[in-house]
Amino acid sequence: MEKFTSLTGIAAPMPMINIDTDMIIPKQFLKTIKRSGLGVNLFDEMRYDDDRNEIAEFVLNKPAYRNAEILVAGDNFGCGSSREHAPWALLDFGIRVVVATSFADIFYNNCFKNGILPIVLPQEDVDKLMDDAQRGSNAVVTVDLESQTITGPDGGCIAFEVDAFRKHCLLNGLDDIGLSLEKSAQIDAFEVAAAQARPWV
Amino acid sequence: MTAAKTLYDKIWNAHLTDEAEDGTCLIYIDRHLVHEVTSPQAFEGLRMAGRTVRAPDKTIAVPDHNVPTTLDRVNGIDNVESRIQVEALDKNAKDFGIHYYPVSDVRQGIVHIVGPEQGWTLPGMTVVCGDSHTATHGAFGALAHGIGTSEVEHVLATQTLIQKKSKNMKVEITGKLRPGVTAKDITLTVIGKTGTAGGTGYVIEYCGEAIRNLSMEGRMTVCNMAIEGGARAGLIAPDETTYAYVKGRPHAPKGADWDKAMAWWETLFSDEDAHWDKVLTIAGEDIAPVVTWGTSPEDVLPITGTVPFPEDFAGGKVDAVRRSLDYMGLVPGTPLSQIAIDTVFIGSCTNGRIEDLRAAAEILKGKKIKDGLRAMVVPGSGLVRAQAEEEGLAEIFLDAGFEWRLAGCSMCLAMNPDQLSPGERCAATSNRNFEGRQGRGGRTHLLSPAMAAAAALTGHLTDVRDLN
Repeated sequence: MEKFTSLTGIAAPMPMINIDTDMIIPKQFLKTIKRSGLGVNLFDEMRYDDDRNEIAEFVLNKPAYRNAEILVAGDNFGCGSSREHAPWALLDFGIRVVVATSFADIFYNNCFKNGILPIVLPQEDVDKLMDDAQRGSNAVVTVDLESQTITGPDGGCIAFEVDAFRKHCLLNGLDDIGLSLEKSAQIDAFEVAAAQARPWV
Repeated sequence: MTAAKTLYDKIWNAHLTDEAEDGTCLIYIDRHLVHEVTSPQAFEGLRMAGRTVRAPDKTIAVPDHNVPTTLDRVNGIDNVESRIQVEALDKNAKDFGIHYYPVSDVRQGIVHIVGPEQGWTLPGMTVVCGDSHTATHGAFGALAHGIGTSEVEHVLATQTLIQKKSKNMKVEITGKLRPGVTAKDITLTVIGKTGTAGGTGYVIEYCGEAIRNLSMEGRMTVCNMAIEGGARAGLIAPDETTYAYVKGRPHAPKGADWDKAMAWWETLFSDEDAHWDKVLTIAGEDIAPVVTWGTSPEDVLPITGTVPFPEDFAGGKVDAVRRSLDYMGLVPGTPLSQIAIDTVFIGSCTNGRIEDLRAAAEILKGKKIKDGLRAMVVPGSGLVRAQAEEEGLAEIFLDAGFEWRLAGCSMCLAMNPDQLSPGERCAATSNRNFEGRQGRGGRTHLLSPAMAAAAALTGHLTDVRDLN
């Protein structure tokens, strides 16, 4: 997994609630057996018309936001499916941070497994960042994971919370599986005890 | 004296393998269900790292999302990408030695229907799958939730999951349901009240007389949509109904193991004075047959209602409703029972079980669907299909004008050829009404199997109670 330490990039505004996983990556693109190449279909049905032409009004099609690395969105971002294709598509497009007032549980987990930082902030902070994000190519925001801060274009600073273990994994690009395999002895012991207590499992 | 515990606390504690100082835990996983869409990258990851599947005997795979449901599927899958995904699962199941129900097996079906049917899902277990509707298995008093592909790989490699404990939420449905009201109406009504983020951070336990009175099929419908309410999992404590369903299934415990299992299962309930972080109580008598009108599962109203006005809502929901109504092609103030439909879909992991088909068939018996309507029944598994044929239900559906399909996820998410066209309006027994869910531009109204059957007869959303 790619590390996430600090990022200065353009923030794109998506002032919608309940942006679901079918919007982020429609199911016709889930047929891949790879993790890469999904960026071109990120937000596909909002981004292209029936003839596959770009819809000019969609935020990520606007010249100022084509290279956005941060998304600012409304409540309950990523609700719906467990498909990890959603963070894969965001990552492949170049999005490394999503800011919202709340996230759906599975999507939130999936982000951390892919080097994407989902940030939960109170409504007033999201509103402020949404305003900042409306400034087109001037919507440059710095997200620093070590200090847990977001610095807006005017120098205003917002602090955010993140789970210490997840922060550690992101900062160091750590592979969860490797970490858990270090606990093989505990897993072995659990299995021996469980086989006694619940042999039918 | 030990502190009072919820059912969730008890299952959690029984599977806690390691706990770090900051509360990050390793939870042991008893059953890992696998399907073709969210697993190929996980198996590829194992191969690249030279890892194996730690517990192949606890890993069960079945293709469901992509598979065609037409009878000609025995000749192979036309869509190249779908075929590659299914073939990848065939190969991964063989290479890693996990239990497998291929497309050709009569037991094949939707993973969340096959698991319980085969007795893989048992009370007190931890169950995961790379699919959000894994919540279904909570109906057995199993802690079951959806995971992403990275976590699928993690479970394959370690048989554990890194988790932090969720909070406890109790949803109590008191009293009795009125005629025409089903498990689907319960679960949609709850989401209508909590909103799609109301359960975020919680594991929900459903309880109360109305839940106790549900069959296992109904309980699975309720728990299935816990995820639409944002919850990590939904649970129902096991009881005689559960044990009666489980007993005798191919992978259920037998003999002395059964007795030992029962001794533990009977301890699986929330203690009287357990602590709840959130409680919602709904009187069963107050629940009506409901439908969704928008593009979020929280957009629920009784069938007797009217399409709402955006101004009736607050905050970001105002714009969301405006967008929804535009997408759905609906005018505020229109009675829901006047909304004409083009298609009826009965099936999915929410409502593709035998009881669902019985409920729909009862409405359809001896009648014909509205002229020009497209209607299909997609049984949740090959065994559900076989049983429905034996009971004469298939004949009722066919006589009424329904298509009678083979098992799969089908039009619930339209990854296979079963899709809506732009603007096509569908009464669906599935679980999501998101934009484009059933096909680009398709419009979905979620409802119960009986309500779907009623809509099929009249050609518009219909109060099933008005049919008699």
